[in-house]
Amino acid sequence: MFPSQFTYHRAASVAEAVELLNGNEGAKLLAGGHSLLPMMKLRLASPPTLVDIGQVAELKGVSADGDGVRIGALTTHAEIAGSALVQERAPVLAEAASRVGDPAVRNRGTIGGNVAHGDPQSDLPTVLTALGATINAAGQNGERGIAAADFFTGLLENALDDGEIVTSVSVPGVASGAGTAYVKFSHPASRYSVVGAAAIVSVANGVCSSASVVVGGVESTPTRAASVEAALAGSGVGADALAAAASAVSGDFQGDAMGDVYASSEYRQAMAGVYVRRALEAAVARGG
Amino acid sequence: MTTRSFGSGIRRREDPRLITGKAPYTDDIKLPGMVHAAILRSPHAHANIKSIDTSAAASQPGVVAVYTGADTDGVLAGMPCAWLIPGSDLKTPEHPAIAKDRVRYVGDAVAVVVAGTRYEAEDALEHIEVEYETLGVVINPKAAAQPGAAQLHDDVENNIAFTWAVAGGDADAAFAAADVTVSDTITLPRLIANPMEPRSAVASYMAAMGELTLWSTSQNPHIARFLTSVVTGVPEHKIRVIAPEVGGGFGSKIPYYPDEAITAFCAMKLGVPVKWTETRSENYLATTQGRDHVEEVEMAATSDGTITGLRTTVYAGMGAYLSTAAPGVPTILHGLMYSGAYNIPNISGTIYGVFNNGTPVDAYRGAGRPEATTLIERLVDLTAAALDMDPAEFRRKNLIPKFENGHDVATGIIYDSGDYELTLNTCLANADYEGLRAAQAAARAEGRLVGIGMATWVEICGLGPSQVAGAVGFQGGLWESAIVRFHPTGKVNVMVGSSPHGQGEETTFAQIVSEELGVPVEDVEIIHGDTDNTPMGWGTYGSRTTVVSGGAIAFASRKIKEKSKELAAHLLEAAVEDIEYDDGRFFVRGSDDQAKTIQDIALMANVAWSMPEGMEPGLEASAFYDPPNFTYPFGTHLAVVEVNAETGHIDLQNYWAVDDCGVQINPMIVEGQVHGGVVQGVGPALWEGVVYDDNGQPLTGTMQDYALPRADLLPDINVASTTTPSPHHPLGLKGVGEAGTIAATPTVYNAVMDALRPLGVNRVDMPLTPEKVWRAINDAKNGG
Ligand SMILES: Cc1cc2nc3c(=O)[nH]c(=O)nc-3n(C[C@H](O)[C@H](O)[C@H](O)COP(=O)(O)OP(=O)(O)OC[C@H]3O[C@@H](n4cnc5c(N)ncnc54)[C@H](O)[C@@H]3O)c2cc1C
Repeated sequence: MFPSQFTYHRAASVAEAVELLNGNEGAKLLAGGHSLLPMMKLRLASPPTLVDIGQVAELKGVSADGDGVRIGALTTHAEIAGSALVQERAPVLAEAASRVGDPAVRNRGTIGGNVAHGDPQSDLPTVLTALGATINAAGQNGERGIAAADFFTGLLENALDDGEIVTSVSVPGVASGAGTAYVKFSHPASRYSVVGAAAIVSVANGVCSSASVVVGGVESTPTRAASVEAALAGSGVGADALAAAASAVSGDFQGDAMGDVYASSEYRQAMAGVYVRRALEAAVARGG
Repeated sequence: MTTRSFGSGIRRREDPRLITGKAPYTDDIKLPGMVHAAILRSPHAHANIKSIDTSAAASQPGVVAVYTGADTDGVLAGMPCAWLIPGSDLKTPEHPAIAKDRVRYVGDAVAVVVAGTRYEAEDALEHIEVEYETLGVVINPKAAAQPGAAQLHDDVENNIAFTWAVAGGDADAAFAAADVTVSDTITLPRLIANPMEPRSAVASYMAAMGELTLWSTSQNPHIARFLTSVVTGVPEHKIRVIAPEVGGGFGSKIPYYPDEAITAFCAMKLGVPVKWTETRSENYLATTQGRDHVEEVEMAATSDGTITGLRTTVYAGMGAYLSTAAPGVPTILHGLMYSGAYNIPNISGTIYGVFNNGTPVDAYRGAGRPEATTLIERLVDLTAAALDMDPAEFRRKNLIPKFENGHDVATGIIYDSGDYELTLNTCLANADYEGLRAAQAAARAEGRLVGIGMATWVEICGLGPSQVAGAVGFQGGLWESAIVRFHPTGKVNVMVGSSPHGQGEETTFAQIVSEELGVPVEDVEIIHGDTDNTPMGWGTYGSRTTVVSGGAIAFASRKIKEKSKELAAHLLEAAVEDIEYDDGRFFVRGSDDQAKTIQDIALMANVAWSMPEGMEPGLEASAFYDPPNFTYPFGTHLAVVEVNAETGHIDLQNYWAVDDCGVQINPMIVEGQVHGGVVQGVGPALWEGVVYDDNGQPLTGTMQDYALPRADLLPDINVASTTTPSPHHPLGLKGVGEAGTIAATPTVYNAVMDALRPLGVNRVDMPLTPEKVWRAINDAKNGG
């Protein structure tokens, strides 16, 4: 509960943060601190240098971006959940953000820290993958966008290069008429998701015309439920059809399903079926 | 004149300073020149220490000293076990404060670093080189007691620390003659007490005077002084123990810990004050835990629904060493309660206290009684089911009928008073039991898994007669004392030896004095927690403080009243026999316009201008109260749950509690204790439990893994009460600190099992996590 010694810097701009990050071997960015500080206190992480980006104004806030939204990396879960723009254009993201942890976590934790940390039990990576979002990063070699589907590369691993920082997340607007839902099985202690399921479903003439379904919590990175999406394509959206489609999710796990003392991998996979079905039912009910 | 407050829910006077964070705790103590200790803890559950090299650590920045077990040789005695159960072949293997050549659980102290700051001390820990040779590990208490299991202590065969039996009647004959018998194996998970404030100690030693002062997060500073003396060799009268504000204990701050002894040791070695404060992670490793029972239990009954016998074999995990009070918990506080609220003529139980490679286990809120109540109440439900009787009706048939002054049960103890059926009937009425059963039938018809569970419970508390304490091997007394002191202005200080830490006794004790002597409640200040300015007392645990300390306060107040009467008679120029008392006023019978108030009396006694012949000045009295018997609070709790068959999630929907703790001084505080207790009792049923892997590594080492109850997972708790005074207590009190914790675990467990009954599921190990419930449902569906 007492971190090792470290040097603390506060960056005033993205450029300065990039410079400090690159100029200090092993330096880590500090955003909300809700993932990094617990690891440091348990001495599971001992970065010699912290670069606090908490005061970098250009990293904060939500703005319209085409028909979607652009969310600064420092925007908190509470701000995302409460943003009218997000609620209107990507309601499933607002819904997921509103289910993160508890109020204290939502008031401190940021979207940038959340995606950069890449905890498989997190909620936002699942939803951002389902939405086809882009993670925008800046580094010594300038800026680039990384598709969410490519960003999460493994357990607590991501596609950022050394010294690169997440500046914002671009989220495309959900197609009009599509219904969306994020449902999660919260761990009773941490509130992280044991299983989380995001669904974006469009229905035309009683038939599913497009679906994006992603599951978190089961594998080390978000799992696109391609089998479920395939089963839904052109299918009806009655209870039986949705249940049948949801059950196909078992085919989407590549054999690295995780388990822990609270929930085994077998159980998580079984729950994925239940939570995908619940997400589909809610999404279909909300669409139109 | 006086505002009468006894029996009314006045606000807790301790709350403003606690809620606003203004109250000082041990870790807030800052002494000039103070240095900081950090303790290196074993990362292995069982290992020989081959070597320790502290040289690198000693040369780290700020480090003042590094000590290992070897440094304490001949200085610190071993950690004492203070509950030596007679007739149990008890083994008390050596428990050094700092491990010497072997560690026996993850968290065992291996070395201590003292440095200028806490950070420096923590950093230096990483530079201590310890070479370990790992040994076999055993965790499950039953497995640990089997031949061939890894052995923790060389001289303790099969890890069995003690074997204790309880018997009454002829249980074997009852089982042989029974129409129906049921059996079950119940696991009560190992629990972490989780007080908001972790443990802390500050030690200061004045070598010139040979005086040791220890600030400590203790529930019982006088016991801590006594045991500090035993371990450090400093004579008891040269030790002062101060428990400032203590942020919850739940039993985990009863024991005398290695860490306190280590802190004192460092202060004595170095001649400067030393502070040690536990981190939350350390609290999860090094602070005693609760329960850890495997219980193999059976009940016998006749076909008309009469319980005839109970048999148990219990394996109680002790952890790696015997903590201060540990052996008394699964024996005296558990086995003696096997009759529960029922007439059970034939009882036999065998309890094995078993060493295992975990954190030491000791009292945790309820201490032994939740473990007893759970097995009894589960067996009662199983027996009712086997007889196809409604569980409420079956209970009613077997409850001990109302009694006002003593009832013998087969285990040899005498309950004080009870009206068990009244609490059952009240609870069933409050919950609309028939309506609930009808709703359950309708839900079941739809295939929904709705369950109703209850417990009619009784507990032993108000510990207790010191003669009994001695007879059962408790290495101390169980009386309490109080000094009530009136100042010239009529204000009152009450010094008590018990040590309230959040329960609200500063308020209820003041209410007692106010009731007895008619002083305004706000004129009474309660002083506790410092061995230098309080009289001897045995501490706050076992729902005993209000009962036993409260008794002492009542008797001391009554002494004051007697003296006041004599002084009033003198001042009013009347005979003592003619003095009447009412609400703080003393007057001659028939002429109450000429009264002396208690304040008048206090002033005169203190200035002593005119005293009766031979009367000493001052208005102060001291009383020692040794209760003639334990007290036996009781009640009925009922819960409704719905289980989601698809996920195994349990929705705790409704909870009703009807408790009888005798006379209530402050019903609001009683209600608060029931609320907190119920929540802590639901915890192990649904969420809480320490899990170790096969190597003895805790997998529930943080609050992100160990699931404490959360407000959003709990329903409103409907609290009601009945009042059956204790016949032997001066105020009729019984105690309520643990009631909810004792009742709630079996209530909720029974409710979930009732929900699963249509599927044929009869047992699932607690805590009932969704996966375990889901597996049980699937196994049942697959014909398992
Ligand atoms: C009790 C608790 C419950 C929680 N429950 C949930 C939950 O239910 N669902 C959920 O999704 N999350 C949950 N979280 C995590 C929470 O959302 C965190 O806020 C989040 O994971 C990290 O965000 P942060 O701003 O706190 O990042 P920090 O802790 O500051 O940083 C995390 C990591 O990301 C890096 N980093 C931070 N910002 C950037 C950036 N802009 N660019 C590159 N790297 C960066 C840091 O260097 C560090 O490695 C919980 C946390 C706690 C403590």
